[in-house]
Amino acid sequence: MDHMMGYRRPDGSVGIRNHLLIIPTVICANQVCSRIMQLVPETVAIPHQHGCSQIGADKQRTFDVLAGTGKNPNVGGVIIISLGCEVIDPHELAEAIRPTGKLVEVFDIQSVGGSVKAIQYGTELAKKMRAQLDAMTPEPIPFSELIIGVKCGGSDATSGLASNPALGQAADLLIAEGGGVVIGETTEIIGAEHVLAARCATSETADELYHIVGRFEKEVERMGADMRGGNPSPGNIAGGLTTIEEKSLGCISKCGTAPIQGVIEYAEDIPRHGLYFMDSPGNDIECVSGMAAGGAHLVCFTTGRGTPTGSAVVPVIKITGNKRMYERMTDNMDVDVSDMLAGTLSLEEAGQRIWQEIREVAGGKLTKAEILGHTEFSINRIGPSL
Amino acid sequence: MAGPIEAGADALVMDAKDHVATAIKDLQAGDTIAFRIGDEVKQLTLLDPIPFGHKVAIADIPAGTDIRKYGEVIGRTTADIRAGQHVHVHNVEGIRGRGDQAQSAG
Repeated sequence: MDHMMGYRRPDGSVGIRNHLLIIPTVICANQVCSRIMQLVPETVAIPHQHGCSQIGADKQRTFDVLAGTGKNPNVGGVIIISLGCEVIDPHELAEAIRPTGKLVEVFDIQSVGGSVKAIQYGTELAKKMRAQLDAMTPEPIPFSELIIGVKCGGSDATSGLASNPALGQAADLLIAEGGGVVIGETTEIIGAEHVLAARCATSETADELYHIVGRFEKEVERMGADMRGGNPSPGNIAGGLTTIEEKSLGCISKCGTAPIQGVIEYAEDIPRHGLYFMDSPGNDIECVSGMAAGGAHLVCFTTGRGTPTGSAVVPVIKITGNKRMYERMTDNMDVDVSDMLAGTLSLEEAGQRIWQEIREVAGGKLTKAEILGHTEFSINRIGPSL
Repeated sequence: MAGPIEAGADALVMDAKDHVATAIKDLQAGDTIAFRIGDEVKQLTLLDPIPFGHKVAIADIPAGTDIRKYGEVIGRTTADIRAGQHVHVHNVEGIRGRGDQAQSAG
């Protein structure tokens, strides 16, 4: 396969999926959004806990993640549903998404007349918009327009030995095609930041990397706890990982060997070409949601312990180097590179296997997480609730 | 990476500077395992059972040593560790992100 299949958006961006996204601006609108998703096939809602009692940078982060998810090129149309009295302004949110040129509709539950009427109104709207999206045809697009996130979760010793270095090979292949790669998980480069800093394209980027890691580590220290048990998690420890440093050194190989061109904020637009670092937590759902909000088309996710994580708007490819887990959780895994540890699959072959899967998924093949309907979504939070 | 992984290997050493090998099979106390460091194949008799994915010391390591895997420091030993013993949270602690120590220190 020498191209992917994409939907060219009016702003020039390209989606490898054509989702109709239903965004609640606030937790109070979650139920209405989830019911519409259940009633109209091929729609996806992103219920979340935020949108009210938030101020300053915390409110801005919620706004940016909701707007970014709406702007993700895999989304063809957006319905924004507000309660009507929250701090996130639904019309401002719509204005942030409209420059993409995609279909955007907004209404609030209080004006429409309560939950039942809002579900009826939203269902009719969703059916009409879905029909418009279904009339669109994907076209062949070069891989140079693809942006992938690389993530690991539920790690064990096999992650650092096999699946992460193999994913790194695939990341290098995409960058060689002219595409973009984003790596995140600031918490999970603690103890390995010097290795990544040495690969930064400029000294400013290296300084920024040290700065964000230092800030995260101070925050952990302020909580007064040894990281162990939180990160590495109990599952990581059971899988043989002893410290955050060991985990980090295993994590970083998943982004390959290209120079790091810059550090971007959580949910910030990801540049289209080359490798970037997104300042984000290691938490699987918050990190993947931040990458999706930044415009990643798909996420490659390595795991040794096994995790079903998907995303509301991006396909998530699961890759493992742990044969026992692969056999136990085949339902959730897309790519098995565990033969690397048996010595019968080379690093280069494993990288090619992942690259092939990336190309097929970008060409329309569904991931296990998509087949199973995993649409996890979570917004990283900065401040307390008021 | 330490280069190609050999078929049938028991444990992997990632870098010549490493103090530990990672078991890629469930290994029992008393087993003699072979592992490769660069071009050299070494043998070691295990003093503890080493589960798949866990680490075994390939040299005697005194308490208080900065311990290496991937050629980089992954933490510090909290006890004397003998070659062949299990290396994990009971005898190694992280150095970074230690809020417990930051508070007791200040």
